[in-house]
Amino acid sequence: MNPLFYLGRGFIKFLRDSGGIFLFFWQAFFYSFSPPYRVRLFIKHMEFIGVKSWLVVALTALFSGMVTAYQVHHALVKFGGQSVLGGVVALTLTRELGPVLTAIMVVARAGSAITAELGSMRITEQIDALKIMAVNPVQYLITPRIWAAMIVLPLLTAMADLIGIAGGYIIGVMVLGIDHGIFIARMEDMVELMDLMSGIYKSIFFGAFIVAVCGYKGYFASGGAEGVGRATTEAVVISSVGILVADYILTTIFF
Amino acid sequence: MEIIKIKDLKKSFNSFQVLKGVNLSIPSQEITFIMGGSGTGKSVLLKHLVGLLKPDEGEIWFENQDITKLSERELEKVRKKIGLLFQEGALFDSLTVAENVAFPLKEHTKLSKREIEAKVEELLSAVELLPAKDKYPSELSGGMRKRAALARTLALNPQVILFDEPTTGLDPVLQITIMDLINKIKETYGLTCVVISHDLILAFKYADRMAFLYDGVIVEEGPPEKIRASAHPYVQRFLESVFLENKEEG
Repeated sequence: MNPLFYLGRGFIKFLRDSGGIFLFFWQAFFYSFSPPYRVRLFIKHMEFIGVKSWLVVALTALFSGMVTAYQVHHALVKFGGQSVLGGVVALTLTRELGPVLTAIMVVARAGSAITAELGSMRITEQIDALKIMAVNPVQYLITPRIWAAMIVLPLLTAMADLIGIAGGYIIGVMVLGIDHGIFIARMEDMVELMDLMSGIYKSIFFGAFIVAVCGYKGYFASGGAEGVGRATTEAVVISSVGILVADYILTTIFF
Repeated sequence: MEIIKIKDLKKSFNSFQVLKGVNLSIPSQEITFIMGGSGTGKSVLLKHLVGLLKPDEGEIWFENQDITKLSERELEKVRKKIGLLFQEGALFDSLTVAENVAFPLKEHTKLSKREIEAKVEELLSAVELLPAKDKYPSELSGGMRKRAALARTLALNPQVILFDEPTTGLDPVLQITIMDLINKIKETYGLTCVVISHDLILAFKYADRMAFLYDGVIVEEGPPEKIRASAHPYVQRFLESVFLENKEEG
């Protein structure tokens, strides 16, 4: 078969998915301004996406902070700059690692579950059943999740920043022997409010993005159990790669 | 008096035309069986009646409005009056039977918690499923799931209920139980029932009217006695298959 055929087919699928996800997100977003307002579902999804993800995010942030401190220290020592370790670790975490790793962990834990749940609802006609009962399925299933993710992702990111920096502190100060005061002072010197906020803004975007992609893939899943599995894989891959691409674009915009 | 009128309904999927111009009137407060072999588009036709599918051409009239022209928001009002019982029930698997039945009441009525509980018990009693109210759908048999779904469909007091193969996959005794239940509910609530099926024996026992869908059109319709005397080759073949089976068994 002509390789151009596959390339073309892949490109058309990419365009269709991108357009579909974009429209799906806006549809769900606009439904949040018309009743009924599903506060209870919003709280339930905040618990699922946020509270239940905190441990995996905390562990990821802790070890990422620790390994970052080790590697950066190794590089800084070569030209005697190890005193700025605290600042470098904090900048890396607040600007990039905190929001990106948090989002990827949420994709792995909650995003995949959202796709699987909605996909299963689709193939067992539960989504059609919602329609039949005169309940708007997008407003019921997607809108509260979008808001929940947009609220909890920044909170998880802030927690990841804090725990990651603590991990860096443990390695920098307690293991590698950098002075506590210098570690903190360099952090204060180098990290500005915008560094912190850029990570928070990114995480709000990532929250909406994760639910839009994972929700879309599950909502329109087809092909039985195998189709749900395929949709879940696609959702995780698209979300993870999309987060990294979006992170680059947002970084160039912010800085 | 007819409650639903389908006019020249056409629907294709990709290049395959499933419905080629369906014309059918559904009389009020009667049981109409829509018959046909597998893959003839019976379920596709049913989904058009509640706006789950949009036709390529044609009209569906309900309460003096063509529902094929309605927006999704306008369709929500129609769907409160036309219920659909899915083949597998489509119960929410994260909710118990009672919560499933309470769902439409919580969504669309201002009933208090206690009133909803009473209504749920009444509906579950009507479908003889009250003892299973705290069970999850995964703990129910096929017949129980269909009865639970029927209770949920009844919750909003619809005027019409569409049944998508309600007896498929059930043993003969359970098939009779479900059809008796549908009949009882029709009588009790004054409902119009549209049943998709390919079970001729049940149709002759319970239908007030029958319609045969073949090759994308309704080829025969009328009361069971008219169907029995039909000269249409497809209907005859359908009837022969059942009577032949009975003869062989006899």
